[in-house]
Amino acid sequence: MTATATPPPAAGPRNRIGIGRETYKGLPTTLCAGCGHNSITNHLIKALYESAIPPHRLAKTSGIGCSSKAIAYFVESAHGLNAVHGRMPSITTGAKLADRELVMVGISGDGDTASIGLGQYCHLIRRNVDCTYIVEDNGVYGLTKGQFSATADIGSVQKKGQVNEFETIDICGLAVELGASFVARSFSGDGKQLVPLLRAAFAHRGTAVLDVISPCVTFNDHEGSTKSYEYVKAHDTVLQELDFIPADREIVVDYPEGTTTTVRLHDGSEMVLRKLGPEHDPSDRLAALRVVLEGRSRGELVTGLLYVDPEMADLTERERLPQVPLRDLGEAELRLSPDAFAQLLAEWA
Amino acid sequence: MAHPNGRGAAGQTAAEGLGPVVNDFTLTAATVNGSGSQSANLVLTRALFAMGIPVAPKNVFPSNIEGLPTWFNVRLSPRGYQARRAHTDILVALNAQTWQADAAGMPSGGVVIHEATLPRTGDAAREDCTFYPVPFQRLAKERVANPDLRKYLTNMIYVGVVAELLGIEDAALGSALDAQFRSKPRARSSNLEAIEMGRSYVRESLVKQDGFRVERMNGTEGELLVEGNLAAALGCLMGGCTVMAWYPITPSSSLCEHLIALADRYRTDQATGERRMATIQAEDELAAVGMTLGAAWAGARAMTSTSGPGISLMAEFVGFGYFAEVPAVIFDIQRVGPSTGLPTRTMQGDVSSAYTLSHGDTRHPVLLPGTVSECYEHARLAFDLADRFQTPVFVLSDLDLGMNLWRSRSFAYPQGPFDRGKVLSADDLECLGAPFARYADVDGDAVPWRTLPGTDHPGAGYFTRGSGHDDHARYTESSTAYRGTMERLARKFETIRRAMPAPLCLEEGSEIGLIAYGSSDAAVGEARDMLAERGIDSDYCRVRALPVHADVEGFVARHPRVYVIEQNRDGQLFSILRSELAAALGTRLRSVRYFDGDPIPADAVIEGVLAQEEAPAQAADGLLAAAAATTTTGGRG
Repeated sequence: MTATATPPPAAGPRNRIGIGRETYKGLPTTLCAGCGHNSITNHLIKALYESAIPPHRLAKTSGIGCSSKAIAYFVESAHGLNAVHGRMPSITTGAKLADRELVMVGISGDGDTASIGLGQYCHLIRRNVDCTYIVEDNGVYGLTKGQFSATADIGSVQKKGQVNEFETIDICGLAVELGASFVARSFSGDGKQLVPLLRAAFAHRGTAVLDVISPCVTFNDHEGSTKSYEYVKAHDTVLQELDFIPADREIVVDYPEGTTTTVRLHDGSEMVLRKLGPEHDPSDRLAALRVVLEGRSRGELVTGLLYVDPEMADLTERERLPQVPLRDLGEAELRLSPDAFAQLLAEWA
Repeated sequence: MAHPNGRGAAGQTAAEGLGPVVNDFTLTAATVNGSGSQSANLVLTRALFAMGIPVAPKNVFPSNIEGLPTWFNVRLSPRGYQARRAHTDILVALNAQTWQADAAGMPSGGVVIHEATLPRTGDAAREDCTFYPVPFQRLAKERVANPDLRKYLTNMIYVGVVAELLGIEDAALGSALDAQFRSKPRARSSNLEAIEMGRSYVRESLVKQDGFRVERMNGTEGELLVEGNLAAALGCLMGGCTVMAWYPITPSSSLCEHLIALADRYRTDQATGERRMATIQAEDELAAVGMTLGAAWAGARAMTSTSGPGISLMAEFVGFGYFAEVPAVIFDIQRVGPSTGLPTRTMQGDVSSAYTLSHGDTRHPVLLPGTVSECYEHARLAFDLADRFQTPVFVLSDLDLGMNLWRSRSFAYPQGPFDRGKVLSADDLECLGAPFARYADVDGDAVPWRTLPGTDHPGAGYFTRGSGHDDHARYTESSTAYRGTMERLARKFETIRRAMPAPLCLEEGSEIGLIAYGSSDAAVGEARDMLAERGIDSDYCRVRALPVHADVEGFVARHPRVYVIEQNRDGQLFSILRSELAAALGTRLRSVRYFDGDPIPADAVIEGVLAQEEAPAQAADGLLAAAAATTTTGGRG
């Protein structure tokens, strides 16, 4: 950390707000070499850089676990908060209410979200808090050395040979069912798909859930696990090819007519989806649920943008908050006037 | 628990003969909850208040929606005492379920106004009270056409009966009805008719045979009649709270609901509909405190309010707030624990747990308002303290203070700006000349500087975590760094100690010192007067915050025997004082504990003090001594 006002001039390209990619980097990772979470971090850095998110506007939040460490590994100069286990959603909700101008990026894991934090996950979605909610999903508790999480598939085998006997909680299926305004699934090794999804999530106003399958190299990358690199590569069904065109770039080109769905996002930008199968319409909630369930019944992972509703009011809108962040309001805006105060007390006399 | 109308002690008479008793008695209405009795009770209370008579109403209600017994006590006291009295003088008996016990609990010479169909048999056959049978049900049936309203208006008929028997003025009832039905003029007229029904029944069918009556006096001028939770809600609004997250729980909910109503009224832009406050009903108390911490981390003044069970759930996050140094304001409107306990009864049972909530070594500043005006003042102050010291701050009220109406002097308009504490702006960072270190003690008071997310400066960011960290907020498992942080936090707590409200001490050189806090104040004030009438003088120190202020130690040092009076079983403040005061002073402390679930009466204070004045051996520490003390102070019924 440094107190210098301006970052040293960096060589190389800069984004549209004049910031080099270096500024979006964080501390060196302390996760295992080859961890899927590190790939996600790299894609995040790329997406934040390309979307030109002002680093000081970014607020990173997380819970507890391997995944939750990741917020230290990108945009070092931004504020970050590593909450208690499973409680990232409530911290994120509070911070967004205090300062609606913050770009909230929350990172959680499958244990953090689908077990201890399941309640807060559900209610964050229900309130449609404006944030990007990334679940780095490996189906295993890495930090405590390899116990199953609730997203582990039934029948999958632990490193020590134990078989998971319980149904999986599908983070995306649950989000769709709860009425989430943006639900997507991707894979940590698929930057081509993940980066546009992340950029769409930043642009989306409301809760954007991104379940990113992220193989654990130490405890889950073995035969028998359904979240290993090899398994996912072999069973990944790509739903759409995505291209994200921000509002500040004028020209949108080269997408075949008749095979696209255009989603207009609240910052004015549009997301163009190129479908592999024309049967999936991401504005159709029932269809989203169906592809998730059908994919699972076939033992396949469906990736892509499952559902989006860019019009759904977010929490700040539902709370009718003013444009000025609440935390910037002072005595004049917050206290009763002396007259109103005296009048109120007179009613109590 | 004592029977709500008291069961006067043997030999205690209410009227002491048939001479007039003016403005100095207690009336209890025994009704069924969910029957609309609350409106009637409030109209009666406000009418007496409007006549200038100092009143102190207390609700004793069940954890239930409809159909269980509920009692409403209103005490009239020309000297202005607001503590609950251990017995009642006038009973209005409308509940067949409790009729026998209610009648049995009356002291000799008392007055019983009762539904005429309740039989004068068993305990109700007694001859030493004045009985006024009133056919409430028949009157309502004959005179109220709408069957839905009948049940509600039956209660208002009792107000008319009482008004006529005691001499409550029409004008006072009129202004009470105005206040009660401000937004429902039609309800006002039907309620007035019901009152008139009661009045005319007394005039036509009863002969007054008792000495109780009221007279206009000048005892409430300039005063408010307000419950602590409403006062606290106003304090939050005036203190600049912009984010409130809560989960419903008795007796805390009304604080949040009042705050929502105040925000609707005073924080809403009429033109745009925008509201300068977020009020979120969370999914549980863990989320409520998480939102509070998240909002305060991002720079808003944020709060949550709960009661004991919620405090238990918040424990982990509160420890995070302490260690990561994130502000938060947490109200605890205490009720009877442990566990679900008696959800609608009062207690000061969370003092120890709030003070050291969470695992590891933790300490939190705790404000202990003792009056409704302090509920307002401490609510405002809590936001300044939380910002200034970057830590969760508790405000411990209780059901009695929070949910009952209290008379109070008017509230002061706040002077001066909010104290937002040590926050560095982008310009400040520019002028710093050295890298910003989030947890460095640069001023020698152990309170570091912070920056807020969104600060437009490359050096502003830092990482907030509940894991081990160094001065620059970097992760570390270094024992040196850990010890440094913990020692600084201990030093910060000493800075906090000096900033907390001093106790209020009333001293005239007496040998006996009394220490109390919170809602026990009313009973202690009255008990001191009663002790003085018996020739026993006592000095008084009302503790208003933890950690314990230096003035408390001074008070103890000036008194050979100091009684710590509180409403819990284990003497929680007593234990904190014993451990924090100099050892030589700790031995001067004696514990008076009351934990019947209803508000402590002055009698319990007197009994607790006198028992130990006479038998000092019982003052020894420990649970057995506590049991001995509480046998003398509580235990009726």
